[in-house]
Amino acid sequence: MSQARLLDEIKDKNRVFSFMHTQQAPTLNVSKNVLLYLEGLSVSFDGFKAINNLNLYINDGELRCIIGPNGAGKTTMMDIITGKTKPDTGSAWFGQTINLLEMDEPAIAQAGIGRKFQKPTVFEFLSVRDNLLLSMPEERKVFSILTARLTGEQSDRIDEVLEIIGLKEQTLLQAGSLSHGQKQWLEIGMLLMQRPRLLLVDEPVAGMTHQEMDRTAELLISLSGKHSVVVVEHDMDFVRHLAGKDRTVTVLHQGSVLAEGSMDQVQNNRKVIEVYLGE
Amino acid sequence: MMLWNLIKEDRGGQILLLLLAIAIIAVPMLNALPPDHALHIPTYTVALLGKYLTLALLALSVDLVWGYLGILTLGHGAFFALGGYVMGMYLMRQIGERGVYGHPELPDFMVFLNWDSLPWYWTGLDQFWFAAILIILVPGLLAFIFGALAFRSRVSGVYLSIITQALTFALMLAFFRNEMGFGGNNGLTDFKDILGFSLQARETKVGLFVASAVALALGYLISRAVIQSRLGKVCVAVRDAESRARFLGYRVENVKLWVFTLSAMIAGVAGALYVPQVGIINPNEFSPLNSIEIVVWVAVGGRATLYGAVAGALFINYAKTWFTTELPDVWLFALGAIFVLVTLFLPKGIAGLFRRKEASV
Repeated sequence: MSQARLLDEIKDKNRVFSFMHTQQAPTLNVSKNVLLYLEGLSVSFDGFKAINNLNLYINDGELRCIIGPNGAGKTTMMDIITGKTKPDTGSAWFGQTINLLEMDEPAIAQAGIGRKFQKPTVFEFLSVRDNLLLSMPEERKVFSILTARLTGEQSDRIDEVLEIIGLKEQTLLQAGSLSHGQKQWLEIGMLLMQRPRLLLVDEPVAGMTHQEMDRTAELLISLSGKHSVVVVEHDMDFVRHLAGKDRTVTVLHQGSVLAEGSMDQVQNNRKVIEVYLGE
Repeated sequence: MMLWNLIKEDRGGQILLLLLAIAIIAVPMLNALPPDHALHIPTYTVALLGKYLTLALLALSVDLVWGYLGILTLGHGAFFALGGYVMGMYLMRQIGERGVYGHPELPDFMVFLNWDSLPWYWTGLDQFWFAAILIILVPGLLAFIFGALAFRSRVSGVYLSIITQALTFALMLAFFRNEMGFGGNNGLTDFKDILGFSLQARETKVGLFVASAVALALGYLISRAVIQSRLGKVCVAVRDAESRARFLGYRVENVKLWVFTLSAMIAGVAGALYVPQVGIINPNEFSPLNSIEIVVWVAVGGRATLYGAVAGALFINYAKTWFTTELPDVWLFALGAIFVLVTLFLPKGIAGLFRRKEASV
């Protein structure tokens, strides 16, 4: 009986097999003013719960700082958002319409989520300029890449970003020969080229001097508004500087949210003090 | 003009193409001199040089994936051998009635096995144009399927190397079997002519030499075109920071797949030109050791330069010919010593000697 129905279905002339539909990525919808929804996420590695029932919402255009002791699950959370790790349970949505758990890393990147690694990761054997060039949001099909040509507009955009990240003098140098701090900046520049809607920044000021830190803070603040920025950081001074008086700070602990609020509220939260000072 | 743009900043490539152009003109001329002339090049040497050029083309194809994409392939000999087998099948079909058993259609080994008709996959191979297509298509298809499976499941590094090694080993075992219809462990040999020209004739050998030189030049320019395009930069990006490339939205597996397939096609052409010049193709061409040797050529010549791979292949194969005729027992020790010395003193290979402070990619 069911086989007959299957046969009928196949014979149906108007039928189109689902795998024949081109996967049209849904467009980003932030009508509720929330850009990222993480709900009930859990993931464990060999029995260790790296993320445990995590709920987190990032508003459109917000600058959010996330702090937490080592092993709190900050990097794992970024891995889930960018598609590197699949959670055991829970959901992750980008806007109202884009389900991140169904996509792989390149698809998520093309949808508008950029990521900066903890350790600066640039293409060491390419010039600074080429690093930025490859980060441009463009057609990513192999044959389009093969025949791609740089337009004047794109070239201007690269110069503009080089100016912002202060590497104008080093344009043709190999990225591998830059200092640690310069690599951090180059990587941020690559994210700027990408023009993501959501920027995930993992410990951006590690290994930076105080001056460089201040410049980084200024840059990240100037980015918020147009982009949503999520910064994971250990350096409390830097977080205080970034969060200012009215931005939200989230404290992660053992894979879930321990506290959320302004910097002052969080710092005076009893649970947070316990975790950080080990009372 | 467009071609010049490809090698404008590539000193080594300019020298290589210049030398090839000189060889294409000079070698046939010197070969045509009377044998007692001081500058005469014997036909035997011409064929040997032609063989070296096909091996150089093979090394070039390995450098494309190893040097620029970071895929250490230890099985590229498989694509080379497949191209060679297709050419071998064409040459077998050209023998016709001149075989030992005089069968008008079946090659000798099939008569010997008491087969009464050609297997289906031998059909059409008496046509050169069809063989020429398959020479590119068969290695390309195998590389595409293999690559699609391996790269999609994100096999990389030493694991991928081992799988490529297994691929060529499996093919070797398969081709050793008589039932496969490729001549078993004797392979395909005793060829008579190609495109109607006798393979024994001096002119044919010179022609094959010229064809090999042209193929090497074309292969070089094609590889160079890929490397110089934005795709070449993406290749280097994938080689040095694969996850960064992924988070920038590049489908790393597709980039690897297409370049790997292109490289296998070049290797197939090299194999097809190699076979008529050495006069035989047998399953030993699939042996894993051969594929490892190619990697040694590239390492000695210098990775990620393209012309370095060519120089390395020519140098090592010339040394091999010299040693195996003069000091046969010493050859393997000499090869080992060359490899160790180059690794210690010339980490960038022979190419490193010529390379000044150009922006290395």
